[in-house]
Amino acid sequence: MGVSVADAAPALPELLKQSGQREVFCGLTSIVWLHRRMPDAFFLVVGSRTCAHLVQSAAGVMIFAEPRFGTAILGERDLAGLADANDELDRLVRDLLERRPEIRTLFLVGSCPSEVIKLDLSRAAERLTSQFNGRVRVLNYSGSGIETTFTQGEDNALLALLPLMPSSEERQLLIVGTLADAVEDRFVSLFARMGIDVVRSLPPRRSSELPPVGKGTKVLLAQPFLSGTVRALVSRGAEHIQAPYPFGVEGSRAWMAAAAAAFGIDPALVAQVLDPLVERGRRALAPHRQVLEGKRLFLMPDSQMEIPLARFLSRECGMELVEVGTPYLDRQLMAEDMALLPGGTQISEGQDVERQLERVRAARPDLVVCGLGLANPLEAEGIATKWSIELVFSPIHGCDQAGDLAELFARPLRRRQLLTFA
Amino acid sequence: MELTLWTYEGPPHVGAMRIAASMEGVHYVLHAPQGDTYADLLFTMIERRDRRPPVTYTTFQARDLGGDTAELVKRTIADAVQRFQPEALLVGESCTAELIQDQPGALAAGMDLGGIPMVSLELPAYSKKENWGAAETFYQLVRGLLKAQVPPPGTPKPSPQRWQQEGRQPRVNLLGPTLLGFRCRDDIKEITGLLNEHGIAVNVVAPLGARPADLLRLPAADANVCLYPEVAESVCSWLERSFGTPVVRTVPIGIGATEAFLKEITALLGLDLAASAGDNGAAPGLPATVAAASRLPWYSRSVDSTYLTGKRVFIFGDATHAVAAARIASQELGFEVVGLGSYSREQARQVRAAAQELGLEALITDDYLAVEKAMAEAAPELVLGTQMERHSAKRLGVPCAVISTPLHVQDVPARYAPQMGWEGANVIFDSWVHPLMMGLEEHLIGMFRHDFEFVDGHRSHLGDGAPSMTPAADPVHQGQPVGVAIAAPAVAAAPAMAPEAASSATATLEPPGNGVVEARWSADGEAELHKIPFFVRSKVRRNTETFARERGIALIDAETLYDAKAHFSK
Repeated sequence: MGVSVADAAPALPELLKQSGQREVFCGLTSIVWLHRRMPDAFFLVVGSRTCAHLVQSAAGVMIFAEPRFGTAILGERDLAGLADANDELDRLVRDLLERRPEIRTLFLVGSCPSEVIKLDLSRAAERLTSQFNGRVRVLNYSGSGIETTFTQGEDNALLALLPLMPSSEERQLLIVGTLADAVEDRFVSLFARMGIDVVRSLPPRRSSELPPVGKGTKVLLAQPFLSGTVRALVSRGAEHIQAPYPFGVEGSRAWMAAAAAAFGIDPALVAQVLDPLVERGRRALAPHRQVLEGKRLFLMPDSQMEIPLARFLSRECGMELVEVGTPYLDRQLMAEDMALLPGGTQISEGQDVERQLERVRAARPDLVVCGLGLANPLEAEGIATKWSIELVFSPIHGCDQAGDLAELFARPLRRRQLLTFA
Repeated sequence: MELTLWTYEGPPHVGAMRIAASMEGVHYVLHAPQGDTYADLLFTMIERRDRRPPVTYTTFQARDLGGDTAELVKRTIADAVQRFQPEALLVGESCTAELIQDQPGALAAGMDLGGIPMVSLELPAYSKKENWGAAETFYQLVRGLLKAQVPPPGTPKPSPQRWQQEGRQPRVNLLGPTLLGFRCRDDIKEITGLLNEHGIAVNVVAPLGARPADLLRLPAADANVCLYPEVAESVCSWLERSFGTPVVRTVPIGIGATEAFLKEITALLGLDLAASAGDNGAAPGLPATVAAASRLPWYSRSVDSTYLTGKRVFIFGDATHAVAAARIASQELGFEVVGLGSYSREQARQVRAAAQELGLEALITDDYLAVEKAMAEAAPELVLGTQMERHSAKRLGVPCAVISTPLHVQDVPARYAPQMGWEGANVIFDSWVHPLMMGLEEHLIGMFRHDFEFVDGHRSHLGDGAPSMTPAADPVHQGQPVGVAIAAPAVAAAPAMAPEAASSATATLEPPGNGVVEARWSADGEAELHKIPFFVRSKVRRNTETFARERGIALIDAETLYDAKAHFSK
């Protein structure tokens, strides 16, 4: 049951492009999951008090240990003289690394203010790497809001790691994009059962154990927001396996089957491994489909996962798509998922939040997927919502997670049915 | 440049958002890049607001920087004015926009806004913080709206007792309550009720719930009550200078402070407190009123509260709540305050004064690790702090109650839970004593864990899955080897953060001195210590170590412990 590619693409209306106020996080926010993925790395934002406040607000306030992210807050003196700012940064990094000897990789993360004052973090990273003489690698990337939106921060972080990846022609499957550890283990064991033995991940669990890349590398994207990374990997000789993203039973099966096909695995073996998962996944989905079927869904642009999720929610859960927002549209990376959207699906790129909310109010959808700034206000208007941020923190990939993924969307609707105050 | 892992206060424009979002009819146009909209969720999630804060962001991007961002600002202002039709407009910028110097306020001043009053906010993002931003915004807004009404210099100050000639009730403004403040919603209700009982009307409450038109009525009040100095001090001072309106500065948190507040305001307005206080059935006069109005004094005197005596309490928060908590803890609950501090640098003086009265040195810092270190060193039995101190206290195994912002969604309760006035004192008694009781119960379980009912498999009514029962009465020393460096107990408890706190320039507590004899506990000394009831054990340990240090005793055995006990019981 392979999924055919974009040649059978449905007729989608013209893309709705809007610009105006964006109710979206900046790329700094991806630190919240990246620092958990790589516990030997530290993410140092070079920015303002706003940056520090943003990251801690997005991360929630549950800091039970000294966190592996922080902000070097620029002060007036740093703005007055860039030479001083560089000295200050060096001092601060030395203090930090002295206190945190377990850190192997330090990411200097550029922000809006550091970009605007043109603080050269790549030179700072080089300078500091040589100062630490190999004990700690210092890298840099930009998570600034003027250049990146929310999940794009991970794309830039991975791009910063890429030059450090050794070259190798070894045949390997490279899964790219942060997955929950348990989900990753599950995929690795499933691929092993299909006969793909060498499966590596980017980002790795240890920042110092980077996978190699080269002609034998076949890249399978676990997340749809890694445009820059996949292109850079291809330029290092890797092959990009085009597939829908592994959300839901259908997407996950197609995703794994595409990898198997790229490795020349017998489709009969693929079916033997995956069919029981598909059957079980559908059973897990069924009760949630009952809740979601026929319900009208509006996705606000947020995590860049909107198009694959819309595909899952319409095809596997029977929801009707009112509008599918995405912060930016990378047609190449979205081709497989867009091809599976029902004809007539309105995709919108960018945001003018006031006008988009007017469309929400006019359409009165049954469920709106949106950020935390919009959720309670929409609920107060009588519109059910699902917080999108949960989707980047929860294990939602794979056939085994399809039921859980559907449940995230069904829960607000079930809850509304449960509550009565009469 | 300053390393910050977590911060008590956001940037100053978030303070401005708190003013805008607290009021009705005010809109704030913020020149800011993508991502700065994160601040909306503070209001919609922590405060569970049913609407977005009234803020429009320009959301400029890198590609706009080469072009005309000023045009983007003007377009955004025009759109926001048309869409929201505000009664007053705030225009400002966040940290990044400050660097590109579009001067949105000046741009707005050059636009035809249809006569809407516009206030340009200049909030230096690289030197100031949230509370300052809130105070400055409130001040600029009030001043902007009222400057046409300011009487010429030399105009005699109106008497706060003029209501008597004018044949009306005395009336006051309640200034400073905002969203994301601590229990402001309920404090206003409590204080309004309290004032009404004493024949005083509330003229305007601002910023929370006020419209721009209400601010125009501020000068009609006989006095201004500065309820939250962090936000309202500059407005109160300006109204006093410009309109001669006197300011009531006592913050009515706690029994003593509420009494002092009533005395101050009735004296100022020329009311007879004793006469006005008797209308609730009790005999005229303050003490009877207090007894009728608040249970805290009796609850605190009742024998059950004896165990509160001398409980060691560590306090950290904004200046207003920290100082109030110190007074209540030491005078009204009989606690021993072992640490007092604040992140509010602007109000540090009063915190230092309050600490000095208690024989302490105030901790003025915005480094939460320095606070945690001071907390560990003080070995408190109760922590009163912000939501961050709650996390720190949890790590140290110490009960905690939240008394100040920054707060979490659970610190915005559904029930009526003021901090101010008589009911506020009741709420404080419950919310501080409850975690102590819970801690006590946990310790009791720990104490009896060797009894046969508690052997493995019979530890809980619930069987497996019940929380583990480690004795936590001794947080600083728990789980350590027997040998303990007297000089730096907290370092052993929290090695990862000690260097940070010690090197922090912002911490005012001195790190432990050098050259101190290291004492160790012998096995029999440690065994004897563990026979002592958990609730005094940490105190006995501390006293014994002090005793040993003063006498240069290197090994603490059971005899040393009893020598120390005798010494300290003198």
